[in-house]
Amino acid sequence: MRAPVMGAGFEEQNVKYMLLMQFSAATADFPSIDTWSPQEIQAHIGFMRDSNAKLAADGEMVDGQGLAGADQARIVRAGVGGAPVVTEGPFAETKEFLAGYWIVDCETPERAVEIAAHLSTAPGPGGHPLNMPIEVRPIMSAPPQEL
Amino acid sequence: MNDIRPVEDLLRELAPQVLGVLTRRFGDFATAEDAVQEALLAAATQWPQQGLPENPRGWLIQVGYRRMIELVRSEQARRKREDLAARREPDDTRSAPAADLEIATDRDDTLILLFLCCHPALSPASAISLTLRAVGGLTTAEIARAFMVPEATMAQRISRAKQRIKTSGIPFRMPDPRDRSGRLDAVLHVLYLIFNEGHTSSGGPALRRVELSGEAIRLARAAHALLPGDSEVAGLLALMILTEARSPARTGPGGELISLAEQDRSRWDAAAIAEGVDLITRTLPVGPVGPYQIQAAIAALHDEAPTAEKTDWPQILALYEVLEHHSASPVVSLNRAVATAMVHGPAAGLDALAALDGDPRMSGNHRLYAARAHLYEMLGDRQTAVENYRAAAGRTTSLPEQHYLRLRAARLAVVDPAGPVPERR
Repeated sequence: MRAPVMGAGFEEQNVKYMLLMQFSAATADFPSIDTWSPQEIQAHIGFMRDSNAKLAADGEMVDGQGLAGADQARIVRAGVGGAPVVTEGPFAETKEFLAGYWIVDCETPERAVEIAAHLSTAPGPGGHPLNMPIEVRPIMSAPPQEL
Repeated sequence: MNDIRPVEDLLRELAPQVLGVLTRRFGDFATAEDAVQEALLAAATQWPQQGLPENPRGWLIQVGYRRMIELVRSEQARRKREDLAARREPDDTRSAPAADLEIATDRDDTLILLFLCCHPALSPASAISLTLRAVGGLTTAEIARAFMVPEATMAQRISRAKQRIKTSGIPFRMPDPRDRSGRLDAVLHVLYLIFNEGHTSSGGPALRRVELSGEAIRLARAAHALLPGDSEVAGLLALMILTEARSPARTGPGGELISLAEQDRSRWDAAAIAEGVDLITRTLPVGPVGPYQIQAAIAALHDEAPTAEKTDWPQILALYEVLEHHSASPVVSLNRAVATAMVHGPAAGLDALAALDGDPRMSGNHRLYAARAHLYEMLGDRQTAVENYRAAAGRTTSLPEQHYLRLRAARLAVVDPAGPVPERR
């Protein structure tokens, strides 16, 4: 065991990560889910359900949500006097689209990568793994050290 | 009784004792732990309304014992468990243990539980959760809140930790004398991690973590009371007390971090400082000296300085050198480099930091950039300081720290009437 040192950072504390299921024209290299067969969709949903159950059983799950489709998106900016100015989707210029996310609480950064890699293998057409891109980002939840 | 605080304190103190009794009697730590939790919950709801029972400990043992029998029964009914079948079956004719029979083992039981919950076979996260529940008497909900995870997730973590203890066959007894020191290191390390996690007083959701540092101190006090002759246990307790003493001054009204040098020292907890200083002063000569005592001695020197300028940096530097000799790590080297700068000037400090550049354990670590920024600022090289503050801000995972580093960079960048330091892209 490493000698403990005040302010040693949190190599040994759990860290929360957000795993972003983010697609763009470049990375969504598989046909849209609208074209999949019912069995293919079922398999995909089953995989996600099992994965989430496993994360919960492992004591790592904090949250996991899918986001409604891009055509339900609104872009909001404050206009005159702070009143919302809303732009409806879908947005042709949207380069990246967030389809869903997980927040996991992991003992090591390697573990977060491992979870992301597993989620990446969610099955798609023909039951083959999609190998979709999952972005892994640490969440700012570390307690501050005295400076 | 309208104040439930004393009830909570009493329950937390009694929790490991009752757990020890039930574990001994049934030989099943995992189930006993669940039974004790339920007894604690029953007491937490009933005692504040009905008043304290004559014998609170006996009351908890009775309730826990009855619950234990129910749990074992339902477990046996669910599936014939061989490990339980091998043990004596609980039966109704046996009454619950007389509450006063087991007092002699209470102290040992609490210690045994600490060793058990902090066993090296468990990951730090598992050990922390289990220790807080089984020894600290906290509920799963409280622990989940402190670590900001859902209660169900924390419950899984605790139950897996207990499963791990079961499958590893770790016995409920004092570790062998030859393993004792390594096992105690593990206990101290877990308490230290709990303290570190709560060592903050920033606003917002992090506020709850303050309770964790208090909880860590409470557990360290218990360990020190059980092992008064162990100098590292005393050192850890002193380190916690001396660090916590500064916490009222560590954040400003908006929750912003205030660096040690800029803290209003009148807001430090003088009584805590006196206690911590006394403890480490009495402990150091006894020996053997270890990393917790050295860090406590450093904390004491900071706490005893009436102003930042009066800090005894030469002594602190000497202690970091001892610490580095004792347990070298890049973080110790970093702290030593900062102390070097305070004694021999920022250039010497930067030289010392340069040695860490090639250390893979520190690459990308925001603390290295922050230390460098601080030393360049001392040196008067604002441009490089700002760059390093910004680099540190981009790499920390603590929000209050990021705010602090960004502000520091921004203030430095606008000092010069010639205009701000441009952001390098």
